[in-house]
Amino acid sequence: MSDTLRTTAVGRIRRGALNVGDAAIAASPTPRSRKRGKGRQRLEIALLTSPAIIVFVGLVIFPVALAAYYGFYRWQGYGAPTDWVGLNNYKVILTDPSFHRVLEHNGLIVVLSLVIQGPLAILIALLLNQKIRGRALIRILIFVPYVISEVIVGTGFSLMLQVTGAVNDVLHSIGLGFLATDWLANPSIALWTLMAILTWKYIGFAIILMLAGLQSIPDELSEAARIDGASYWQVQRHIMVPLLGPTIRIWAFLSMIGALQLFDLVYIIWGQYISDTAGTSTMATYMALNGRLAGNYGYGSAVAVTMFLISFVVALFYQRFVLRRDLTGAITQGVS
Amino acid sequence: MSVAVPGAPFLRVRPAKRGDKPQKWGNPGVYFIALLLIGVSLAPVVYVVLGGFRTNSQITVSPAGLPHPWVFSNYTGILKSSTFWGEFKNSVIVATVTTVGVVVLGVMVSFALARYEFKLKGAMYALFASGLMFPLVVAITPLFIIVKDLHLIDSLTGIIIPQIAFGLPTTVIILTPFLRAIPKEIEEAAAIDGSSRLGFFFRMAIPLALPGVVTVGILAFVASWNNYILPLYMLNSASHYTLPLGVQQFSSQYSSDTARVLAFTSMSMMPALMFFAIFQRRIVGGLTGAVKG
Repeated sequence: MSDTLRTTAVGRIRRGALNVGDAAIAASPTPRSRKRGKGRQRLEIALLTSPAIIVFVGLVIFPVALAAYYGFYRWQGYGAPTDWVGLNNYKVILTDPSFHRVLEHNGLIVVLSLVIQGPLAILIALLLNQKIRGRALIRILIFVPYVISEVIVGTGFSLMLQVTGAVNDVLHSIGLGFLATDWLANPSIALWTLMAILTWKYIGFAIILMLAGLQSIPDELSEAARIDGASYWQVQRHIMVPLLGPTIRIWAFLSMIGALQLFDLVYIIWGQYISDTAGTSTMATYMALNGRLAGNYGYGSAVAVTMFLISFVVALFYQRFVLRRDLTGAITQGVS
Repeated sequence: MSVAVPGAPFLRVRPAKRGDKPQKWGNPGVYFIALLLIGVSLAPVVYVVLGGFRTNSQITVSPAGLPHPWVFSNYTGILKSSTFWGEFKNSVIVATVTTVGVVVLGVMVSFALARYEFKLKGAMYALFASGLMFPLVVAITPLFIIVKDLHLIDSLTGIIIPQIAFGLPTTVIILTPFLRAIPKEIEEAAAIDGSSRLGFFFRMAIPLALPGVVTVGILAFVASWNNYILPLYMLNSASHYTLPLGVQQFSSQYSSDTARVLAFTSMSMMPALMFFAIFQRRIVGGLTGAVKG
């Protein structure tokens, strides 16, 4: 049905080009109808946008604002908060050694995610960006881990990584038994285990992004360099990677924000209490543990606000100094 | 990020699909690395699925072995359990309603942002774009309070509505360029044919932007299917659990019965994997189209 409509519409465009009078009438309505049109247009805009805005502001923006308010109270979540404690919650957060550890873990996870996944994803994307058979299939299969939920990934990996689990079993059977260890509880290893799982789960996404970025680079550039005598790796190093810059910078942004918010995997694999001693706790697991589970909603809110501020400052700095040349004012002027 | 989408993919003139249908086989080393990569990506998934076909004693004796003999009782047990199907049903309801909600609200607001001129347009777009910085994890504590005050705690509605809200930023960012890329001439022609702006919206804009609509729908569905923290905070009674909570509950309840846990886990990832297998082109294409600089 839409097809017939489309063809008649296109037909009208052609005819409209011939029939100048018709087009002129449509283009310049009388002042009165324009005024009425404007009111009608306002109504349409209101109808179209208000449901989304109400839901979004009510359940995304408002809760964050509310967290800022609750953060000033000692509050168990019943009735209105009355026990105003000022900045005390924040004072406790900032002096709590276990929050310091959480910050350290989160910082390490952010940096290690960038350092491990970035180069690996770029390298793999460069390799796959060749004329090879079955590339579409390869692309799908390496993306599978990204689609599987964190809960399932966490459950599967915690079973495999037990001391008596499949990973140690494989190591023993290929003669690397001396490497077998307690992957999850050993504090000097647990963070690296987490990094391995994160890399496994999210590198597919990075590779797909990089591949898309590489494919939008015109062939002519590398061809010209080839003709000038550049080797394969010179072309990659001096042409493809620099031109991939915008994609890399956007991926890095998404990766950093994701790493700062990390919750599900840690919470499922290491549980509520072990993550701190194993050295994998994050700001979000700290928030769940000391907020909701402790019945301390004021404190939990203050942690949420701290988290938000940290992410916000990181995002702002990154946009200001790194992403600036890629999307000048995209956030503020996206529509213009 | 995604804000930098240059134009809707479906109207962009694509150069001949280079590399997708190659003539030569190319470098064998590349295939080796690709195979290695696929092996690493799929091994844990295969482990979980195969583990469900083994017995606990098989798993204890040889944790990484193959099923020998193959045992089907774990899977048939799950298929007969009302717990699994109850949680499956909850997940389907939540994901379906969330998807419909995200798509309907998202298409409406994106259409306004893409095809109307008004003063607050830039601010409105920035508002939704800023939503990417307000992840669920940060808002979860006060969200719990709000949902409790609305008396929606421990109900599926209490998960669906926040999910719709948090799905909107990505939706708006992906859909707006799609809808903006529809040539003005088509809209004018529809107007000459006597179609109103809203008539154009229903009869032309939505069909023309269908690839984008499908992409955001799939993203919303998968995100909902996998969501963990929201049900964790909002749901108390086991009869309302969605599959992610169910998996966690099952694996702590039957922690000694590893084979059954593996069977339950792989059963609950099947729908998402099948969904992905059917729509993979759209998911992969949608994500890259959205974030491509």
